[in-house]
Parts: sequence; C-alpha cells; structure tokens
Amino acid sequence: MTSGAHTEVTVSPAGAGGPEKALLRFLTCGSVDDGKSTLIGRLLYDTQLILEDQLTVLERDSRRHGTTGAELDLALLVDGLQAEREQGITIDVAYRYFSTARRAFIVADTPGHEQYTRNMATGASNCQAAVILIDARKGVLTQTRRHSYICSLLGIKHVVLAVNKIDLVDFSGERFHHIVADYLGFAKALEFSSITPIPLSARYGDNVIRRSGHMRWYEGPTLIEHLESLDVGEGLEEKPFRFPVQWVNRPDLDFRGFSGTVASGRVRPGDRVVVAGSGRESTVARIVTADGDLSEACAGDAVTLTLADEVDVARGDVLAQSDSRPEVVDQFAAQVLWMIEEPMLPGRSYLMRIGTRFVPARVTSLKHKTDVNTLEHIAAKTLQLNEIGFCNLGTASPVAFDAYPENRETGAFVLIDRFTHATAGAGMISFGLRRATNIHRQALLVDKSARTRLNGHRPAILWFTGLSGSGKSTIANIVERELHALGAHTYMLDGDNVRHGLNRDLGFTDVDRVENIRRVGEVAKLFVDAGAIVLCSFISPFRAERRMVRELVDAGEFVEVFVDTPIEECKRRDPKGLYARALEGKIKNFTGIDSPYEAPESAEVVLETRDGPERAARHVLDALREQHIITY
Amino acid sequence: MTTTTTLSRMQLSQHLKRLESESIGILREVVAEFRNPVMLYSIGKDSGVMLHLALKAFYPSKPPFPLLHVDTTWKFRDMIRHRDEIAARYGVKLLVHTNPEGVARGINPITSGSQLHTQVMKTEALKQALDQWGFDAAFGGARRDEEKSRAKERIFSFRSAGHVWDPRNQRPELWSLYNTKISQGETIRVFPLSNWTELDIWQYTRAENIPVVPLYFAAPRPVVERDGQLIMRDDERLPLRAGESVQMRMVRFRSLGCYPLSAAIESTAATLDDIIAEMLAMRTSERSGRLIDSDEAASMEKKKRDGYF
Ligand SMILES: Nc1nc2c(ncn2[C@@H]2O[C@H](COP(=O)(O)OP(=O)(O)OP(=O)(O)O)[C@@H](O)[C@H]2O)c(=O)[nH]1
Ligand SMILES: [Mg+2]
Repeated sequence: MTSGAHTEVTVSPAGAGGPEKALLRFLTCGSVDDGKSTLIGRLLYDTQLILEDQLTVLERDSRRHGTTGAELDLALLVDGLQAEREQGITIDVAYRYFSTARRAFIVADTPGHEQYTRNMATGASNCQAAVILIDARKGVLTQTRRHSYICSLLGIKHVVLAVNKIDLVDFSGERFHHIVADYLGFAKALEFSSITPIPLSARYGDNVIRRSGHMRWYEGPTLIEHLESLDVGEGLEEKPFRFPVQWVNRPDLDFRGFSGTVASGRVRPGDRVVVAGSGRESTVARIVTADGDLSEACAGDAVTLTLADEVDVARGDVLAQSDSRPEVVDQFAAQVLWMIEEPMLPGRSYLMRIGTRFVPARVTSLKHKTDVNTLEHIAAKTLQLNEIGFCNLGTASPVAFDAYPENRETGAFVLIDRFTHATAGAGMISFGLRRATNIHRQALLVDKSARTRLNGHRPAILWFTGLSGSGKSTIANIVERELHALGAHTYMLDGDNVRHGLNRDLGFTDVDRVENIRRVGEVAKLFVDAGAIVLCSFISPFRAERRMVRELVDAGEFVEVFVDTPIEECKRRDPKGLYARALEGKIKNFTGIDSPYEAPESAEVVLETRDGPERAARHVLDALREQHIITY
Repeated sequence: MTTTTTLSRMQLSQHLKRLESESIGILREVVAEFRNPVMLYSIGKDSGVMLHLALKAFYPSKPPFPLLHVDTTWKFRDMIRHRDEIAARYGVKLLVHTNPEGVARGINPITSGSQLHTQVMKTEALKQALDQWGFDAAFGGARRDEEKSRAKERIFSFRSAGHVWDPRNQRPELWSLYNTKISQGETIRVFPLSNWTELDIWQYTRAENIPVVPLYFAAPRPVVERDGQLIMRDDERLPLRAGESVQMRMVRFRSLGCYPLSAAIESTAATLDDIIAEMLAMRTSERSGRLIDSDEAASMEKKKRDGYF
C-alpha cells in the first residue's frame, strides 16, 4: 500500500445513496489525556462534518479553554459539558455520528479517568470495536489495561491499538514497536480476535484519515481505512431465537400480542416457541407490525408476535426457539463491574434487570476480584467502585439466559440499588450453577438451611406482645414494610387473618386464648421452616404460652418484642372503642380490665411509647441485625 | 449524491429500519414501566417522526399516552394549525399548556429578551405542566447530533425532584437494559431519537410520508433582515426597528421555535427531496438559526440543567 493512495476521503452522510454499508459502533478509550477526544474531533474535522458555525464556536472555545496554544483544540468538539471544557478532561461519554463513502459510524468518546470508569463501560457496552489509545511517551498504563480488560469482558472482539502523539517521540518506529510488544504481552489473555496497532497523531492528523509522510517505516492502514474495512460480523441473526416480551399488546378482547425486539435469531409464522420460564409451548401465528404482517423477523426487529394457543405470557418472559432453549436457573456465576460508591455487599438484595425482567437478586458469594494490571485473582469480601469481580448470584425466581459470550443480548444484566435506584452494577453471566427445575424434583434435599442460603437471611418469629391498643400491629407493619424493602421474605400473622379462619372456633376464655396461641405458634413454625421472617402480633398475655412458642423453634429464631405501652395510654387511645365497652362490662375477659397481662421478663426488645412507631420499628430492625437474622 | 426517486416503504434502508426498531423499543419500554407518561410534542420534524414511531410501536393499540404542547403563544400560526390537524387526524389526546404567570407578567421574546422568555414560557411552563398532570416520564424528540451537550445525554435521562439534570452524575446506561426505577417526585426524560441525525429524520420523513409543517418548505414569506438573520413577521406583534422593512422572500426554516427567535434561510427547496439535497450541500448546522442557542456559552447545557428539554 503506497502512501497517498487514500489521502482523499469523500464524505457522504449515512444513507445518502450508494450501496448500503453496515454501521460500525466503536469507542475510544485508554488513559487520561492520551488524546481520545482529540482523535474523535480529528475524525469529525477531517471528514468535514464540522460546519461553519460550529467552526466559529470551536475557534472561540479554543481561545478560551484550549490546551493547544494558538491551534484549534479538537477535543472541544466532543467535550460538550461545561465542567469538561473548564477542566480539559472528559467526564461522560459523548456519542457522535459520522460517515465516509464506505461506512457509517457511531463513535462513543469515553473518559480516561478511573473515577468515570462506569461511563466508559456505558459507552463500550454497545460497541463492536474499540480504539485503545496510548500516549507514545508514556506507553501502557494501568488505565490502558483496565479499559482493555473491560472491553474484553463486554465482548468486544476487535481492537485498534492507537499509539498516539507519535509526533512527540519524533515519529519513532522503535518506540512504536516497543509499545506494541508490551501491549501484546498483556493482551494475549484477553481473547481479542484482532489487534491492529497504528501509529498516529490525533492532533496533527497523521494516519487518522491522511496517511502520514513522517512514518515511511509504517506500511499498515490508516485508522479510517481500517475501520472502514473491519469485519465484525457478530451473527446475532444466526443464533437461536430469543424474544424478551416487553409489553403485552391488548387493544381489545380479540387481539393479544406480545410486543418486543428480537434479541437474537429469526422467527417465522409456524415456528414452535417455548415460554422459557414455564416450559409451555406454542406456535407463532402472526408477526404483526403497523406496516402489515411480516413473513420473517430477525435480530434487532421490533415486532408484535401472536401465538396460536392461549399460553400465559407476560412482560419479562422470554419466548425462545423450542428446540434450542436458554438456561433457566436461579443461581449463576457472573462477572460484575461495580459502579457506585457504596460497596457491593454479598447478601444484600438488589434489583436485577435482565432482558425485560426485573427480579430481586443478591450476590451469594464473591469468588474473587481481578487485578486489572496483572489480571490476577484476589480474594475479596466486597467490591468497591470500579472494581470487577467474579460472583455467584441468586435470584428470587428463576431467570432465562444464555452465557454472555454466547449472546450479548440475553447474557447481560444490571443491578439496581433498591433504595436510591442507582444503577449499581453491570453483569455478564458466565454459567448457570444449577437448574432451577431440578429444585422441584429433589424436594427432599431442600431443607431450612438450603432455603436460608437462598434467601440471604435467617428465618425467625418476631413475636409482638402487649396490651390491646399498645401499637403492636402498627409497629409490626412498619417492620414488615422495611424488611420487604430489604428483600427479606416476610409474613404477618395477627388476630385479623387468624381469628377469621384458622381459629374461627375459638373465643376469649383462658383455655381458648392458650389454644389460639398454640395454633399460631405452630403456623409460625411452618413459616420459619419455609425460611421466612414471620411477624406475629397478639396480645398473648401469658408468659407460659409465649415460652411455648419460643420452644417450638431453634435458639435464636424467636424474638420477643414487648410493646410496653401503659394501660392508661392504651385506654386513652382506645382505637376500636374496646376499652370503653369493656369498662361498661359489654366485653368479658378483656386483658388489663378483667383479665391479667403478664409482662415479659426477658424480652429481646422492649419498646416504649415515647419512641413513636417509626423509631420503635428501627429498634426492632437493629435487634435483628444484632442477632444476625438479617445482615444488611 | 442524492436520488430523487420517492422511496416506498419497502425500500426503507437497513440503517433507518434499525433506528426505527430501536426507537420503538424505547417507546414500548416507557409504556411498560411508567405509570403516567407523556409525549412532548413541539410540532417540528422530530416530533413528527416521534409521533409516527409511537403510532407504529403500539399498533394495533393506540399510543397509550397524551401529547403535550407547551405553547409560548409565539409559535408560528402554521405550527398551531398543523398541531391541531395532526391531533384530529390521529385521534390522539393533545394537552396544551401556557404559563399563566408568564402571560400575566407580559413576558415575550421581544421586550423580555429571548433568555427570559425561554426560561419562563418554555422551561418553567414545561415544569408546571409535568407537575400539574403528575407525569413520571416524558418523551422528547431531542437528538444527540443536534448539540454537544445533548451528545452527552442518556436515552433514559434521570431528573431529580424539581426536574434537575445533573450532567456530572448520570446513571450508567449499559446495553439496552434501561434503569426505569425512580422514587416519588423523581422523573425520567426519554429520548427515543437519540441516535438519529438530521439527515435520518428527513429521509425517514420522506420514506414514510410523514406530514410536516409547510414552513419547512420554501415559499414567499414576509421577512425582515435583522442582525444578519432573516426573521419572519408572522403577525403584527413583531415591531419594526428604524430602517427595517418587510420584504417578501423565498425562504424556509430548518428548525422551528418561537417565530421571532427562529431565523429563516433563503431557499427554493419545495419538496422533501429538495430539502435533503440542500441539506447535504449546506455548510451550517441546523441550530445555527436558533437564536436562543447562542445566548451564552454552554447555554444549552445550562437550560437543560434547569429543566429545559
Ligand atoms: N502533540 C500531540 N498532542 C496531542 C495529540 N493528541 C492529543 N494531544 C493533546 O493531548 C491533550 C489531551 O487530549 P484529549 O483529547 O483531551 O485527551 P483524552 O484522552 O480525551 O482525555 P480524557 O478524556 O480526559 O481522558 C490535549 O492537549 C491534546 O491537544 C497528538 O497526537 N499529538
Ligand atoms: Mg476525552
């Protein structure tokens, strides 16, 4: 290839005529100040995509914020945020669109600072190729390695190693080859299919679009030549059919369609499909679009499918090819990139989004984290911001997936913080740990401890005792709400749901009160066996019955909560008018009036009235943490 | 460089088909996840495409959300006519909101200045409308290729209570696994056209026969030349300065806003094909005619942080 062969690039925006070319999505990444933004600015500038009014603004901006003296600072074309321009750095990813006569491109310019790694990952997640920049003076740095590793995890197969600022090392071939050898040594573990090293100067345009006259020793392609010809064929269309149902389309009783985007493969009317989660099968009846029914839809198409049978399908389900199904599990191993300040804690519940499904999930164990410099595995208890670890995760119910390296569409997930709703982690599934469907068949092997492991918290009975009107149910309700938000499995037993059914035959004599508590205790025990935290609010005036329930379960599984509100206060509140009627003699055997209440002597938690229900509930939650019933 | 044949639907390029599918996926996602979404309808070419995509996304159902137009009372009359026609033609619910305080204070783009006018009659008005109807998600037709701070924005763009955008602390947005979760009082702005360019919009409009406001096509119109820009005198409210006169010129608009703030360009482009051909030859950007953009440095970002779309 002679220099000068490709000095002219004719510009024609995407789709402006000529043969259809496959869009290429790529990113620029690498360490701070290696020239990523400048390179994109150069690409836009040299493909003449910068228009006159924008050029005027660029000249003005370069004078004000520029880092390049009297010359245009091309990075300012992409660093669009005020803070970025003031500091001369990139903070968040910018998406730019340009094209040459041969191809259309979407490029994501990502930040080099470690602090903004999550924005780099955002930019990389949808890319097919990466341009990794290296400052020729500095060589391979930690961020070069970190970004390379993230690109590899995210499944990017094609890398351009852009050795930039070559003008600052006298266009030295020796320096170039040294850096390339160094990088290849590191990158061989990353499983890229192609690594193309190119020496260039983003600032002056050497080997970007114009072939440089300064590097006769370099005979490879310019950056744009390489990007134009790069074959990334991902072949999502050739993979098995997957269709995450996004929205059930139900305009009237006669039409029930499933709207969504084909994640992979192709589908035709008459194809056998299965609802991955339930295993129910049906046949595709129609592929509906506003432009008429289609005879085929393939990966990337947004369509609406109707099925021949009335099968239960909802948002979050995955329709899949019957003879090539995704795995359906509730435990799997995955690589996780952590993206918030608050560390990732094994055991804590997060909301997982996978496909169109949201499901509570927790990291059951962190196997190791990865040192981005050496790719070594390091033992760890938590993942900090920007760290990458290999984890086992459990979901509250089984999910359908393919391993990420097989299918980027169905193997990726994000974790969302349940309180702030921040996007906390990005995950790529490696493999399933066991088939969820096996759990049912091996029912006998599932015991309380197995359930506890899955739930991520220990089971317990929270026994709220106290006078009528003391606030037991109010506090118990708040505690349950908080536990639920934490992802704990809970159930509430109180007079309302027990007296009307299970204990309908019981009255309020002492004998019946004892039987009432015995039955409640037995039911609570079943819930504990099921792994739940069961909240019981009953006046339960007698010590002996409370002890009886305590002894039904293992040590540490019974938490007695005494709601110690004085009788005067309860009478004053009298929310249901019961005290008034008891005092009038209209209710017999009323605790505190004509029936005794034996206060607990060693309750785990004692709540006083002045605390107020919200604070009281917090005391209970603290006690649960102290007793290691919940760990978060 | 351009073909002049009218593309039929079957010839929609792979490129446009992919953009269409992506946008449809985004529209559906919002409807599946949010309680009370709304589509900001600004009457321009991008809004036209966005509405067209919504009609496709939910077919055979109708788009399950209303359109909202924030009327500054200074839109071109042709725009208002087009708006009402479109709402009637597609049978979609149209909400119109004008900031009553702004009207009471007599805010206008001529004596109040473009900055105050935009702040009160657009940004504040929009926030009022979103609060008044309790919308938790709002679609906007903004594209990343329009402006450099927009190039930085997420597709699902989080707004804290008070509609504030914090560009330094955006939620990561990986794959198309959008985080749709918000707390009480927080909202999301959603941009289904994020990855479209101006050319994509016009080519799609042509391929799909989407109706657009006639102001995009060249016609003789009454304009005054002011500070090097051509401003159309859409009604008597635009006072003439000393030495100015109204002339009839063949002009059209690339971008439509309040009429005293939208500069026309001289053109003879009378069809979509002409517009596309002209655009490919043009050496200025589409927002160069938007007078509000050059108010101050980084002004789009500032407006967006305040809650502007
Ligand atoms: N001499 C020379 N300077 C360059 C070259 N490329 C970039 N620079 C300069 O290096 C500095 C940093 O460039 P940027 O493009 O902002 O770097 P970046 O990699 O985008 O930085 P972050 O995004 O903040 O990580 C600027 O002053 C550029 O002008 C080059 O090829 N040669
Ligand atoms: Mg940068």
